[in-house]
Order: sequence, then C-alpha cells, then structure tokens
Amino acid sequence: MSIIVENATKKFGDFVALDEVSIEVPDGSLTALLGPSGSGKSTLLRVIAGLETPDSGRVVISGQDMTKVAVQDRHVGFCFQHYAAFKHMTVRDNVAFGLKIRKKGKEETEERVRELLRLVHLEGFIDRYPSQLSGGQRQRMALARALAVEPNVLLLDEPFGALDAKVRQELRAWLRRLHDEVHVTTIFVTHDQEEAMDVAEQIVVMNDGAVEQAGGPRDLYEHPETEFVMGFVGPVNRVGKEFIRPHDLVIQHIPEDGAAEAMIERIVHLGFEVRVELELAEGDPLWAQLTRAQAEELELAEKQIVYVRPSRKKVFDETGPRTEELVLA
Amino acid sequence: MTADAARPQKNIVRGGRGSRIGLRSVALGYLAVLLIIPVLVIIAKAFEDGIGNVFDTLTTPEAQHAFWLTLVMVAVAIPLNTIFGVACALVLVRQSFRGKALINGLIDLPFAISPVVIGLSLILVYGSLDGWFGPELLEMGIRVIFTPIGMALATMFVSLPFVVREVEPVLREIGEDQEQAASTLGANGWQTFWRITLPAIRWGVTYGVVLGTARALGEFGAVSIVSGRISGETETLPLFVQKQFETFNVSGAYAAALVLALIALATLLAMNLVRKRDSKTTSPVTLGKTQEVEA
Repeated sequence: MSIIVENATKKFGDFVALDEVSIEVPDGSLTALLGPSGSGKSTLLRVIAGLETPDSGRVVISGQDMTKVAVQDRHVGFCFQHYAAFKHMTVRDNVAFGLKIRKKGKEETEERVRELLRLVHLEGFIDRYPSQLSGGQRQRMALARALAVEPNVLLLDEPFGALDAKVRQELRAWLRRLHDEVHVTTIFVTHDQEEAMDVAEQIVVMNDGAVEQAGGPRDLYEHPETEFVMGFVGPVNRVGKEFIRPHDLVIQHIPEDGAAEAMIERIVHLGFEVRVELELAEGDPLWAQLTRAQAEELELAEKQIVYVRPSRKKVFDETGPRTEELVLA
Repeated sequence: MTADAARPQKNIVRGGRGSRIGLRSVALGYLAVLLIIPVLVIIAKAFEDGIGNVFDTLTTPEAQHAFWLTLVMVAVAIPLNTIFGVACALVLVRQSFRGKALINGLIDLPFAISPVVIGLSLILVYGSLDGWFGPELLEMGIRVIFTPIGMALATMFVSLPFVVREVEPVLREIGEDQEQAASTLGANGWQTFWRITLPAIRWGVTYGVVLGTARALGEFGAVSIVSGRISGETETLPLFVQKQFETFNVSGAYAAALVLALIALATLLAMNLVRKRDSKTTSPVTLGKTQEVEA
C-alpha cells in the first residue's frame, strides 16, 4: 500500500526534527530513508508509524488519512534498532503477540507462528527466550513478529544498525529476498549509504529535517542535485567548487594541460581496489580509487610525483548542478 | 627490569587479598554485632521462662488481636501503595511536566521525617477535636485518630516510597521500545501495561512490596502516636511487644518479637522462592539497552 507524507513538521523544543517534509512511497516498493544522525529520518518513520504525532502535515496510507489514527489502529509493522524483543516471552509468544491481541484462534495462531518462523529461518528456536538468541536472530524474530499481523506497511528503524558487519551483509541480502516474497510496502531507515544502495529500490536522502533528494540508487549517485547528496551518497573529493568521485580521477606520469601536479602520500591495497592518497602542489589532499591492475600498470610508489586530472567532475553553483565530462586523450 | 616491574604489581595483589579478607571480617563482624547476636538473644530469651509462658502470652486475646491487626495494616497499606507506587513511577519516568522534581522530593519524605513527627502531623490533620478535617469527619461518623483507620494511614505513609523507588530504575532501564512495539502490534494502553510493562517490572514491584511489608509490619513510632494504644483494639504487634516489656512480662515481649521477626522472615523467604522458580522459566540475562532519541 502506498504511503504519502505531506508537509510533515515536528519540533522537539527548539529542535526542528522535521521541516515541511513530503515523501511518496509507491505500493509494494522497498524504500530507504538515508541521512546522518539528527537528519530527521527516524522521526519521519515514527510519524508514519504513529509513534510520534506531527505538529502539522498529513500521513496518508493507501489513500486513507492516518494522521489522527492511533498507532495500535494503523496496522503497521515496526522494527526497532535494538529489536524491542519482549524479554519475558518465548520466541513463539513474541511472534504470536499481535495475533493474541487480535484474539485469533489457538490453532490458527500456532500455524501462522510456525509459518513465519520458517520464513525468517528460526524454526528451531520457537521455545527459546530472546536472551538466548544472537542479535541477528533477534532482529529476524522482531521481523516475524511485525509480519505476523499482516501489516499494511513495514517500517524498519536502523534494523541492522546494532549488528556486526558480516551479519549485516547477510541480513541485507535476506531482507531483499524477503521483500520479493512478501511484497509488503517497506521503508527502512539507515545512515549507511552502501546499505541503502544495496537494498533499496528508492532512496530518500534527508538532511537537517528536510528531504534533499529522492530517487533510485543509481540516479542519486550519477545525478546528485545538491552538494550534500553528492558528498553523502558515495565518496567524493572536493577541490574548490568542483566535486570529483575518486574513481573519476586519472593518474598519469606525464604533465599535460588540465592535469595538476601531486605527490603520492600513501597507497592502500584493499584487495581488488587500490586507494591512492595524494597531495596537490597547492596542498589540498585528495584520493583516487584504482583497480589493482591499473595501479600495477602505473607502477605507483609513495612519495612519487604524478599528474592528476578528473575524467568527470560536478559543479554546484547558482545555475544549478552540472556535470562536466572531460574526454580522455 | 621485568622483575622489578613485576614486584610492585605482586605486592598490590597480595595487599588486595589481605584487605579483602579484612573487609570481609569487618562486614561480618558488623552484621554479627548489629543483627545476628540480637536476634539469637531474642530467641533464647523468649524461651527462658519455658515454652508455657510463650504459649500463654501468644494465646491471649490481646496478642491474637495485635497479630491480626498487624496483618490487616499490611493488607490495607501495601496493595494501595503498590498501585500508587507503580502509577507514580510510570509518571515520573515516562512523563515530563512542571513540578516533577517536587513530586520526586515528596516521595522521599517518609524516609526523611521521623515517624513520630508523621504521627503527630496526622493528629493535627485528622484529630477529632481540633484537626483540620477531624470535626467534619466526626460529623460523618468517621473517627480517624485512635482507630485502625488512622493507623492504616500512618502505615501507608511510612511504607509509601518503597515500590516507587524500586520500580523507577527498572522502568528507566527497560526503556519504551517494548511498549511501543506492543502498540504497533495493536495493543492498547491497558493491554500493553498488563502484558509488557508489568511483567518487565515485576521484580522491582516485588522488592518494593517486600521491603514495604517489612516496614509496615515493624512500624512503631507513627502508629503508636495515632493509635491511642488501646489493648485489643488499636494495638499492633510492635505496640504489643512494647506493652509486654513495660509490664515486666519480658519473656512475653520476646515471644511476640519473635513472631514479628518470623513473619518478616517468611515474607523474604517467599519472595526468594518465587524468584527462584521464575528464573527457571525465564531467562536470567537482561541486556543493557540504550534509548535512542534520534538516529
């Protein structure tokens, strides 16, 4: 079911968490709210869920105005960063909670609980307590619990934020597959741009309580509309008014028009990727991202003097964002 | 060089062990002098004049009534204070409003004020002749001072802070996530309280109830002042003990004191039994959780 937020504003004292925020999430999509701490992304999610009441603005779910509907009547699934597992209940009772509140029959409930635990791969853990599960398992249990009541929308607040890198990677892939299976409209909040690009079909980038830009992952990366998006979605070098992605920086040994002199400060080998940290003659630091083959071919060494030029750069000025492609010789 | 470096460290460890044993003996010695020896002496003294005298003292109608009245005081004060305590803790932890600091301070008042003063202040408010509400209440046929009603008020006053103060930190620690999760799953406020909040704070409530009960059982000062100390009417066990002592029935006083101690002990024991059974069925581990304001 589609979600529309119109001009939502929310203040906490003097702090403006949301400033006239409007977003549109299509039915059945998987959308990420991406932004740094304090950007308002969690507040927006909680406003959609009904856990926070906006000072002004509207929340419309599936064409129905939900702004004044209480959280328990909104029929949303919500997952918290720290899982919010009911510690005094077994996995079975956790997942069955929403069904018991809805007074579903015993057999129906048990059947549904087992079905959901199969879906989240926790069949063998039905009689465990949350404290006997790992972080990743707890979050999967929380997801099963949220899905049990067949919510209209699924809202995940930094769902993988408290997990270690490897588990996080696995759960991302798993969430993608789960969404393909269940197809419920899903919004998840993250501060990790890689996670957003990996999982989401649509990304809403937020900063300072406002939406900076919304679009597909590739679109945001290729065509950022603001300096903030340019810098937040993917790594970037900033030289004066110019923004250059590290992989758009060409290193060569011969001086040439448009190429600046730089010294190699450090070379970092990250497997396939090689990161070359440079310092321009004027003193600005910047870094280039090369493949291992490229780096080997150039025979780069630390303290070497090289010449760098961008193959592509982005400028944000009064006339709006523009991309300048430079043809390689 | 390495040996030199290791030596002082070793000394620290040895010193640590020595001071640990020293600390332990101080703690145990303190407990022995203040608690264990007096209790043992009470038991010994109670039976000094033979078991017959103990039996005689405890089976007098006055003793039976004192015993009964003490239980009634606990039965009235503790449930009311428990309901109030949980509600108050919820308000103090989950809501912010003007005057919260004032309420917070007021809760500790019974700890700070001498019970005798509490008793006197109750007389000033409810005294039938010249109390603030006393004459009006008397017209309605309600006497507070020198009746069990006043005694119950005094008992409630002195045992009020326990549940609040035990539940508050637990509420703060569990945070609001679980309650919010329950509400997104369709639970209304009442269902969330019974199914999520109360089970989560049950041990805080239990400790508060046990400590409050112990206090209510043993309360002397405040109750003594508002009771008028009428034998067989407004005499609780602690007052009964005092009276036996004053009338030179020393072994009787010890016997009643022993009963009082046994009730308190039974309360503690009951809590530990329930707790043991509970920890077998639910997980003992609680996770440290931080509440995220905004991410």
